[in-house]
Amino acid sequence: MNSLAELPLWASILVSIFLLLGASLALIGSFGLSRLNSFYKRVHAPTLGTTFGAFCILAGSITYFSVSQSRLVLHEVLIGVFLSLTTPITLMLLVRAALYRDRQKGSQDVPNLDLPD
Amino acid sequence: MRRWLPYPAMSGLLLVIWLLLNQTLAPGQFVVGAILGVVLARIFRLLDAPTLRLRNPHRLLLLAARVSLDVVRSNYAVAKLIVRGQSRAVQSGFVSVPLRLTNPYALVVLACIITSTPGTIWVSYDAGRNVLLIHVLDLVDETVWIRTIRDRYEHLLLEIFE
Repeated sequence: MNSLAELPLWASILVSIFLLLGASLALIGSFGLSRLNSFYKRVHAPTLGTTFGAFCILAGSITYFSVSQSRLVLHEVLIGVFLSLTTPITLMLLVRAALYRDRQKGSQDVPNLDLPD
Repeated sequence: MRRWLPYPAMSGLLLVIWLLLNQTLAPGQFVVGAILGVVLARIFRLLDAPTLRLRNPHRLLLLAARVSLDVVRSNYAVAKLIVRGQSRAVQSGFVSVPLRLTNPYALVVLACIITSTPGTIWVSYDAGRNVLLIHVLDLVDETVWIRTIRDRYEHLLLEIFE
């Protein structure tokens, strides 16, 4: 575990920037999730953490392990791919469930059921 | 050839994923990955998925660059909105976007793009009328969003997939 001390300065700075940026985005996203005032607004906030926030942290991980092990470590890329492919499914399910519930209540704020004309 | 390799690109992709996961190029893992790729692709054929045909694969690079830029920009925009505390006052709403795209793979890619850019969410797609419903966090002008999706993404996706 002493590889941390052996990491060159430029790599340490780069990894720190990536991690701080990613963590900040995830934090802002969670903050937004609790502060926004309607369900449809709320679902937007956590996507900060699942998109660019996650990519920053993965980039930090790629940089750290590639430099400390002196070989290209790329399997983090797969996390990014799987995340971008699965996030839409969760979001769509949540939003459509909310929409279904609102339509049942007869809410005026949501568009009417898309019946084919 | 077709019998054993119904989806060569998919088999290749599965092999790459296997090698990445194991972080190796050892011949043994290469063989395991190749077998997995062939077997899983044959199982996938049972699903009767429509065949994927890319007309202009090189345009995918342009699309990827454009999306990456938009992801960063919209992350910044939404983060700014939340940090400044304007998020409660912001006007959000639904937008109906009439589409020309019908290819299911192109629609999947569009769904991933729209969800990956914070501030917009794919809500539902009406295949009969070919209309997409999205929700926009900071909605000022509906036509701007319709134009963005059509000109920035749909146009390229049409070139690539249809």
